[in-house]
Amino acid sequence: MAKKASTTRRKTKKVDKEEIQKYYRDMLLIRRFEEKAGQIYGMGLIGGFCHLYIGQEAVVVGMQSAITEDDAVITSYRDHGHMLACGMDPKGVMAELTGREGGYSKGKGGSMHMFSKDKNFYGGHGIVGACVPLGTGLAFSQKYQDTGNVTLCYMGDGTVNQGQVYESFNMAELWDLPVVYVIENNEYAMGTSVKRASSQPELFRRGESFNVPGEQVDGMDVFAVAEAGRKAVEWARSGKGPYILEMKTYRYRGHSMSDPAKYRSKEEVNKKRAESDPIEKVREKLLNEKIYTEDELKEIDKEVKSIVAQAVEFAQESPEPHPDELMTDIVA
Amino acid sequence: MEVEAVDEGVIGKILIDADTDNVAVNTPIALLLEDGEDSASLDNYDASGGSENTAKEEEAASAKEESSNSSASASSSGSSVSTGVDAYDASGEIPEGTEMVKMSVREALRDAMAEEMRSDERVFVMGEEVAEYQGAYKVTQGLLDEFGAKRVIDTPITEHGFAGVGVGAAFHGLRPIVEFMTFNFAMQAIDQIVNSAAKTRYMSGGQMASPMVFRGPNGAASRVGAQHSQCFAAWYAHVPGLIVVAPHTAADAKGLLKSAIRDANPVIFLENEILYGQSFDVPVLDDFTIPLGKAKVARSGDDVTIVSFGMGMTYALEAAEKLAEEGVNAEVIDLRTIRPLDMDTIIASVQKTNRCVTVEEGWPQHGVGAELSAQIMEKAFDYLDAPVLRVSGKDVPMPYAANLEKLALPSVREVIDAVNAVTYRS
Repeated sequence: MAKKASTTRRKTKKVDKEEIQKYYRDMLLIRRFEEKAGQIYGMGLIGGFCHLYIGQEAVVVGMQSAITEDDAVITSYRDHGHMLACGMDPKGVMAELTGREGGYSKGKGGSMHMFSKDKNFYGGHGIVGACVPLGTGLAFSQKYQDTGNVTLCYMGDGTVNQGQVYESFNMAELWDLPVVYVIENNEYAMGTSVKRASSQPELFRRGESFNVPGEQVDGMDVFAVAEAGRKAVEWARSGKGPYILEMKTYRYRGHSMSDPAKYRSKEEVNKKRAESDPIEKVREKLLNEKIYTEDELKEIDKEVKSIVAQAVEFAQESPEPHPDELMTDIVA
Repeated sequence: MEVEAVDEGVIGKILIDADTDNVAVNTPIALLLEDGEDSASLDNYDASGGSENTAKEEEAASAKEESSNSSASASSSGSSVSTGVDAYDASGEIPEGTEMVKMSVREALRDAMAEEMRSDERVFVMGEEVAEYQGAYKVTQGLLDEFGAKRVIDTPITEHGFAGVGVGAAFHGLRPIVEFMTFNFAMQAIDQIVNSAAKTRYMSGGQMASPMVFRGPNGAASRVGAQHSQCFAAWYAHVPGLIVVAPHTAADAKGLLKSAIRDANPVIFLENEILYGQSFDVPVLDDFTIPLGKAKVARSGDDVTIVSFGMGMTYALEAAEKLAEEGVNAEVIDLRTIRPLDMDTIIASVQKTNRCVTVEEGWPQHGVGAELSAQIMEKAFDYLDAPVLRVSGKDVPMPYAANLEKLALPSVREVIDAVNAVTYRS
C-alpha cells in the first residue's frame, strides 16, 4: 500500500564521485538548453507551444540514473529534459524545435512530439494523459517479450485527473507490468494549482484503490530522486508490478512561453529558486566535498554552453524540410 | 477470356496479344485508325498501361509482405480528370479450380486470427470477453485454448485504457489485435486511435509506428437503439495514417484481416454483427490474403454503377438482382477498403456506365457516399449522365421501434429508386 517514505530526506548513502559529476553536468545541460530555447523562442525561431523544464531537472536526471539504456521512457509534452537525459543529441532536439530537417522528427513533430527508437524514448505526447496507457503498453510488451526491462512513464500533476490514468493503473497492477509512474508534481497544471484541481492532493496515494504502492519524493533533490528511483525500478523489474513516485518539484517558468503566470507570485518563484534549486544544491556539494574547484565548475559550464551553442547553430543552419516531406511518413 | 470491342473501325495496331489472360477492364487492347491515318504512324505508341499493370500485379502478389499494398495507394486524392484508369481485377485473388468451403464470417475472422497468431509470435488479441467467455460475439472462439492467456487477453471494461496499451505495445514491437465489443465503445478510445495510433509515424518522421488492428462489429445490429447502432466508416476514413477496412463476405473478411494483421499501419477493421452469422464460399488455401486498398467488382454490368461496402452490399446486391429482372444491368462494386479508396476501379466503372449510386448504412452528411460523389465529380465529370445519388442511413439517431428502425436504415427499394432516377426510368 501507499506510504509516505521519508518525504524529503534521503538516507546517508554514499554517492560516488562520478555519479555526482554526471548529475551536475546532465542537469546543467538541460538548464542551459532550456534557457537557450526560451531565448530563441523570443527571437521567433521556435513556433507554437514550447514548455520549458527549468526547475525540474533533478527529476529526470535522478530517475534516468536508475535505469539502463534498454529500458523505455515516455512522457507528456514538457519533454525536452527527458530527451536530453535519455542521451538524445541536443542538436536534433533543438533542430526539431526550430522545425528543421535535422530535427528528430524531420521538423514534422515539434516541441511536443519527438521520438528516438535508438534511445528507447517513446515520445513526447501532446494530449494530457495519453502517455500513461501508452507507457503501460510499452511495459506490457516488455513483459510479453520477457526482456527484463522496465518503463518509466512520466506525467504531470495535471495528468493525474484524467480517467485513462486509472484505467492504466488498474491494468498494470492486474497484470504485474514493469512500469514506474513518475508524477512530476510542479504544483500547477497550467494555471490551476493542485489544491484547486485534486480532491486528494497527495498524488502518491492515487494508486491506493488499485493496490499500486506509491511514495512521495523531494524532486528538487537529485540524490533523493535517484535513490527512490532505484527502489521503484527494482520493484518493477523484479516482477512485482507498477510503482508510483510523486516528485515534489517546481517549474520556474510559465506553463508555456505564452503564459504570463498570474496564478502565482514572483516571491513564491524566487523563494523556490533561492532555497531549493536542484543544480545549486549539487554545485555546493561538489565544492564542499572538494570534488571540483570553482575553476573546474566554470570549465564544465563553458563546455555545456558550447554544446548548446552548437545545437542552436545546427538548428538554424539545418534547412527547412523539403516540400516533398509533406506527404511522406503517413502510412508505410 | 474473350472480349468484344465496343467501338467500330479499322485496327491500326494491336496492343494486347491474343490469348492474353487477366487483362484489366478498360485496358486499351487495340488502336483504331482515324480517317486518313496510316498504321505506320502508330509504331511509336507506348502502351503506357503496360508497366503500370505489371507493377500492380507485383504489388498484389506481395500482399503478404507488410505494408506493401496500402502504402502505394494512400496518396492524396488529386483533382485531375482521369482518363486511362486501371480497374483492379479481383478475379486473380482465388486461383481457378481452388476448392471452396462454406463458412460464416465469424469463423473466417477467427481462422484469420488463428493463422496469423500461429505464424507470428508478436500477434496477440486483447479486449473485453475475448478469452474465457470466447468472445462476446464468439469471434475469438477457441483462441484461448490454442494460444493461452498470454496471447488472448481479457481486459477490464476500459476501452480508452486498453486501446492505449495496445498502441504502446505496437510502438514497442508487438502486433496487437484490439477487439472492441462494438465500435460504439471505441468512441471512448478515439483519442488513442487518432492522436496516438494514426499520427505517430508522421510526428516521429517515420521512426515509430503502430502496426496493429482495431476490430469489432460496426453499424446497426437489430433493435439495440441509438447508442449501439452507428457506422463509423466515415469517421475513421477521415483520418490520415489509418487504413479502414469493411468486408462483406467471409472470404474477404478472412483475406483482408490476415493482410491487416501483417500491415505496418494501424488498421480499423469494421465488422458487422448481422453478417457474422452469414455464410459464404471461402477458398481452401494455406495462406489466403487479399490486398488492402483494392475494391472488387462483385457483379458486372453496364447500365449503372452501385458502390457499397460491408452490410450495405446486401442491399446493393439484392437491388441489382431485382433490377436485372427489369432489364437494368447494374455493376456492383464492393469497396472492401474505405481508406485508401480504390478510385481507379470506381472511375473505370463509371466511365463505362456513366451513372453511380452509393449505398451505406451510415449518415449522409460527410459520409462515404459524399466523398465518392465528390471524387467522381472531380475525376469523371464528363462521363456522368446523371448526378451521383446517395442511399444512406437517415439523418437521425437510430430509433428503437421496429418500424422506425427499418425506416432509418437504407432499403433495397431505395437503391432501386435511386438507380431508376439516375437512369431516368422513374
